Amino acid sequence: MNKIISSIAICLLSITILSSCQQEKKLPFYGERHAETVKDAAGVEKIDTVYQTIPNWSFLNQDSVVTTNKATDGKVYVADFFFTSCTTICPTMHRNLMTVYKEFKTNPDIMFVSHTIDFKYDRPYVLKKYAQKLGVDGPKWQFLYGSKDSVYTLAEKNYLVAVGEDSTAKDGYIHQGYLVLIDKDRRIRGAYDGTKEDQVEQLKKDIPVLLAEYKK
Amino acid sequence: MRKYIINFIFLLSIVAIIVSCQNQETIDLQNYMSNGKDIYKAKCQNCHGENGEGLGQLAPPLTDSVFLKTNKNRLACIIKNGANESLIIHGKEYKEKMPAFPELADIDVAQVMVYVTNSFGNKQGFVPYTEVSTQLQNCK
Repeated sequence: MNKIISSIAICLLSITILSSCQQEKKLPFYGERHAETVKDAAGVEKIDTVYQTIPNWSFLNQDSVVTTNKATDGKVYVADFFFTSCTTICPTMHRNLMTVYKEFKTNPDIMFVSHTIDFKYDRPYVLKKYAQKLGVDGPKWQFLYGSKDSVYTLAEKNYLVAVGEDSTAKDGYIHQGYLVLIDKDRRIRGAYDGTKEDQVEQLKKDIPVLLAEYKK
Repeated sequence: MRKYIINFIFLLSIVAIIVSCQNQETIDLQNYMSNGKDIYKAKCQNCHGENGEGLGQLAPPLTDSVFLKTNKNRLACIIKNGANESLIIHGKEYKEKMPAFPELADIDVAQVMVYVTNSFGNKQGFVPYTEVSTQLQNCK
């Protein structure tokens, strides 16, 4: 009898330990970080971690309107780098991103931002035509055009996506197909290979997790 | 009696020859289909989709059997050299340029063409590599 009671007790104990280990799921932070001394509301000094953030930006969108980071401020957004005449990974990336767009179409807290890396050809009217043909309408998904310098710096230094011109590549440019998830405080919280369906599915699962962090 | 047996064997062998001929074509078809699928995945699927559904109005679907049938003799040329004209598919106009695939050998073109014209609800049957080769020599 004693044996049974003690074994039940051990079982219960282990269950409690295991369940207490479970934390609320939180997405990781990507990029550089450093510690900074900050004062909290009560004026007490403490050390806090400061994560890498996306700086201010300003580009022309598919409607030839100057669009800045104000469009995405206070929102969770997905950013990627592509170009319209790309025949390799971009169609797959945007086919997959389209399914994410459709899933969150009615959620005002989510946006999509696609930067073109073809600064020679992808003028705003080309982006507009591309967006329409892809089936995107309205400001929720922005297609942005900017100078080579500004876009390439933003990609490599801030979004951590490799891009570049390459005359040996089939379409003249090379780039990574990451879909980068940015939180409401401009921090990088995820990077998903847009050419892989399972990673795009993970993105769809992670967006609500990220939104939940702000609901407290 | 002996005559009957000889006749019977003769007939049987003719039937066997015909059946084995068909088998050879079926084997070729299966061969082309499986190789064609690999080429499709590598070269075509990006734009035309896993199930030939296309991509918005950027890339047309490959499910228009009527288009594929009426343009039967042009398909090989389109696969290899791309397309730079507007095409009407399922009643919709598609104007985007299709890139060329000069790296594809004639046999690759034949295999991927047979794959496309016998998948996604299409069923045009087998086209031998020699026929595709002639078509490719006469591309405009």
